[in-house]
Amino acid sequence: MSLSEIMFYILAAVIIVFSILTVTSRRVLRAAVYLLFVLVATAGMYFLLNYQFMAAVQLTLYAGGIVVLIIFSILLTSHISHRFEKPPLWKILAGGSTFVFGTGLTLWVLLSHVFTPSSQKAMEVNMTEIGNHLLSLNKEGFVLPFEVISILLLATMVAAIIIAKKEDNTKSDEI
Amino acid sequence: MNDHIYDFSQLTRHIDESLRAAMSPTWAVVVELVIIGLVFLTFYALLGLFLVYAERKVCALMQNRIGPNRVGKWGLLQTIADLLKLLTKELVYIERADKFLFNLAPFIVIIASFMAIAAIPFAKGLQAIDLNIGIFYIIAVTSVGVIGILIGGWASNSKYSLIGAMRSGAQVISYELSVGLSLLSVVIFSGSMQLSEIIRSQADGWWIFKGHIPAFIAFLIYLVAATAEINRGPFDLAEAESELTAGFHTEYSGIKFAFFFLAEYINMFIVASIATTMFLGGWLPLHIDHWAAFNRVMDYIPSIVWFFAKTFFIIYVIMWFKWTFPRLRIDQLLTLEWKYLLPLNLINTIVIAFIVMMGWHF
Repeated sequence: MSLSEIMFYILAAVIIVFSILTVTSRRVLRAAVYLLFVLVATAGMYFLLNYQFMAAVQLTLYAGGIVVLIIFSILLTSHISHRFEKPPLWKILAGGSTFVFGTGLTLWVLLSHVFTPSSQKAMEVNMTEIGNHLLSLNKEGFVLPFEVISILLLATMVAAIIIAKKEDNTKSDEI
Repeated sequence: MNDHIYDFSQLTRHIDESLRAAMSPTWAVVVELVIIGLVFLTFYALLGLFLVYAERKVCALMQNRIGPNRVGKWGLLQTIADLLKLLTKELVYIERADKFLFNLAPFIVIIASFMAIAAIPFAKGLQAIDLNIGIFYIIAVTSVGVIGILIGGWASNSKYSLIGAMRSGAQVISYELSVGLSLLSVVIFSGSMQLSEIIRSQADGWWIFKGHIPAFIAFLIYLVAATAEINRGPFDLAEAESELTAGFHTEYSGIKFAFFFLAEYINMFIVASIATTMFLGGWLPLHIDHWAAFNRVMDYIPSIVWFFAKTFFIIYVIMWFKWTFPRLRIDQLLTLEWKYLLPLNLINTIVIAFIVMMGWHF
């Protein structure tokens, strides 16, 4: 077994184990930390594929951004002694059967498909290429989704500011 | 231009070839990984010891004192004595704390800084990994470190720790933006994110000189924002000993406390070495146009000396901040970032993009 295969199995094991722990943990911050492990291991997968840009995006956005925000909101709202209640039996059964069905379906699709490995040499992902494609109007350009996402983010930010803004009843008439 | 500067990749290639001759390629890679790990661990320990000593000496200088001077010549062994004391301290067990997260937190902090240091070019050809997204990778992995502070503060089950962790979280998330944007200005100038490429683009002049005033503004913003991001004074609200005892690491003792302490100093080194690489030409010697003899003499100083001299100069400036300015309040801190640094930085980035588009930089 080559080194990259060993690394793949280690990362895959980390992802599977901590994904399960994330949904079964009864302490909310631990679940968030397990989720962090899953996301970091996914970034490791991208590194293994030599797709470093995606790995760094995964680390900044998910590990450094979203998980930090999740943990921050847990810090503000939850106490250390808090535990989730044990779910009732029917919920465990329903969740378990969905899990078995979903895994079975995915495995069946994956195993019945014949993957043909590409014989071409791995290409270096060029930063300039990514930048040009993101802002290009041509056939392989992504400028429309790029702009749509930026408008969506702007709308979200405006909404967040309006929600967070303190209402000032005394001066509302003057404005 | 820099052909006569010693290239460390000769040495590393020699080690690589002799290892591959002695064993199978798989084992050669494993042995190389172990060697690099050991070298960085040793470097970590020595650097930590030295920076703590330097901090105390600089602090003493600013306060008109002598500083540590009893253990060893000029007190050089003082930090080693401190380290031995720390290692023999009891690891205090906290009642009703989340033990798993409590023990995990120092490791997250130290692993984040360890991952960042791998991409830093210490000298010509002396870099553990030269990723084509170099600076973006460093920003990405350092942003994970704050999670260690957050969960460490929460898992301690103490009010001081929790408040320290919250402050630290708000601070780091805010100042990350300014750090990223100010580094982006150099990426715009050099047209690459690969650190070796950025250094090569500075062979005819460092960006702080070549980039006119906007590059200097970006450098200043980077220094302020980076000082805030590593939780150092005057932005050390997360620890604020006069109000929070020790902030997020109040409940930690012994070696676990030492991890937080070490990571803080190593982060200072990483921040300073990024400033060196991006703005001050990395390991490149100081060259002045048309002074051929002067440039020649400068080239004889090894590149690793140049790198550490510049980095320690930046570290000195950061320490200078700490012992000169009073600590900010949390609202002042966030006002500084969101109302002043960030808008200034955005305008600065646009100005730099315009300069590069018109080809006005040297």
